[in-house]
Formats: sequence, C-alpha cells, structure tokens
Amino acid sequence: MSEPVNALGGARFDGIVQVTEVAPQGMITVRGDLGAGAMEKAVMKAAGLPIPAKTSVVMKGDHAVLWMSPDELMVVLPHGDAPAAVAAMTAALKSEHALVVDVSDARAVFALEGEGPALRETLAKLSPADMRSAALPVGVVRRTRLAQVPAAFWFANDTEARLICFRSVASYVFGILSHAATPGSEVGHFS
Amino acid sequence: MLILTCPYCGVACDETELSPGGEAHLKRFGPGSSDEEFETYLFHRENPKGVHFERWRHAYGCGKWFHAARHTMTLEVFGTYPAQVYEPPEDIKAAITAKVPGWSWRDFS
Ligand SMILES: [Zn+2]
Repeated sequence: MSEPVNALGGARFDGIVQVTEVAPQGMITVRGDLGAGAMEKAVMKAAGLPIPAKTSVVMKGDHAVLWMSPDELMVVLPHGDAPAAVAAMTAALKSEHALVVDVSDARAVFALEGEGPALRETLAKLSPADMRSAALPVGVVRRTRLAQVPAAFWFANDTEARLICFRSVASYVFGILSHAATPGSEVGHFS
Repeated sequence: MLILTCPYCGVACDETELSPGGEAHLKRFGPGSSDEEFETYLFHRENPKGVHFERWRHAYGCGKWFHAARHTMTLEVFGTYPAQVYEPPEDIKAAITAKVPGWSWRDFS
C-alpha cells in the first residue's frame, strides 16, 4: 500500500497558539438515518463509539465520531484502519439507504494547542461562529467558515482544538491560522 | 448582519454561513400550466417593506434548506422553520402577529 502523505508535511507554527498539521488521519463520511439501529451498530463496530448527540463529538483515544448534519457523521480513526472500516460499515448498512465514503485523503487536520482564551481568539478572528465557551463548549462540533473556506472544528479539551478542512485548501488554512496566531496579535477578548 | 438559527442543527448562523434562496412558499408551475401561471411562478416576487418569508441554506454547515420569517426594515427575525411545509407554522404566524398586528403576505396573515 502507498504511504499516506500530509498535505503540508506536518507543518507547524508556534505563536500565541501552536498550529500543527496532524499526521494522516482516517476519516470516513457516513450518511443515512442516524436513528436506525443498523447505523448505531455499524458506527460502534467501526469506531467503538456511540452516535453523538446533535452537534456533538464523541472521542476515545485516537477514535472520534463527529455529528456533521441530521443525516451525516464523520468517523475519525487511524489512517490504516479506514479501508477495512469502510468495508465493514458498508456491509453493515447494506439494507439501509446509506453512504460510506473514505475521505481521509481529501481532508487536512490541524491541531491548535494553547491557553483556552488564545485558542478561542485565534478561531474567532477567522470565523463568524460564536466562540464563547458557553456557545461552543468542549465536545461540540462547529461547521463554519474560516475566512473564505469551509471548515469544522471542536475543542477536544480546554487547551486543544481540532480543525478539519478540505485538503485542497490546507496551505491557505495553515497560512490564515498562523497569521491569526502571530505573537503580538493578542486581543484579549476572551481572557 | 442577519443571524438565523438553523432549525435542523440549532446553530446560530451568521448570514455569511448561509446561501440565500429567494422568496419562500413558491408553487411551481411547469409543463401544462398556462402562460400566466408560468410567468407568475417565474417572475413575480414580493418586495415588501415589512414581514417577509425567505428560503435559506445552511451552506457552511449541515447543508439543509430552511425557511425564515423576518422584517425587511427592522431586520427582526420572527423565526425559522423546516423546508418541508407549504406555509408558515402557527407559532411563527403568532410570533409575527405579536409584533406586527394585522400583517399579511401573499395568502398568509
Ligand atoms: Zn444547519
């Protein structure tokens, strides 16, 4: 099998937050009736996690399941596990009106690490989303716009946010995140 | 700037996260309809100073189409509701009536 390669070779920027391109992740888009029993079983089998509540993410180790829309989930898992998980989920959802697609190589993932207020400020500079912790607590996924491109992000904990964007705009997103995290650009809105 | 809450995912969306879809509750007239019906369907639109009903799509989020009832002059949003209806639900109409007594829009009031 070919070696998975990062869009930006694992780029990193150290500013008021650390922006790091995460090593290749397995990402599977699943669409269908999220309330169906077969769906719950398929997701549990692939990720070992239940279906998340509306707008939430459930995480365990290097696995996560993100609620993307009323009929869409994203399953995050180790890159090498994705093909087998797609095959297993496709088989488990055979009798459902559902779709399972490996999008691992079509997305880029960034980790943002730092103090909570700085993290929220960095994202708030780029997105119209309400970044207050009451509006976007840990464990809630926000699909939104980051400057000119779509992105989804969530707080894994108080000091780390994860962000997914299309791989084709990885360089643009890394650039704007680094710019928003430039030392000296602190606004202090959330502190 | 408009903030509309997507009725599907509950996210308070900024206007720039949404795609506008024009006037709501249009009835399509296609093949077999009269020229007048087709003209009305294709071209005739409301342009009110006041209560208005629109379609929006949560383009940068869940991707779903929904309806919004708002005031074109004050920019007040009376509410949003799912796309799978032919007319505004009663609670939306009541919310409008509370703010704009005697309102009407096309066949609705
Ligand atoms: Zn939505």
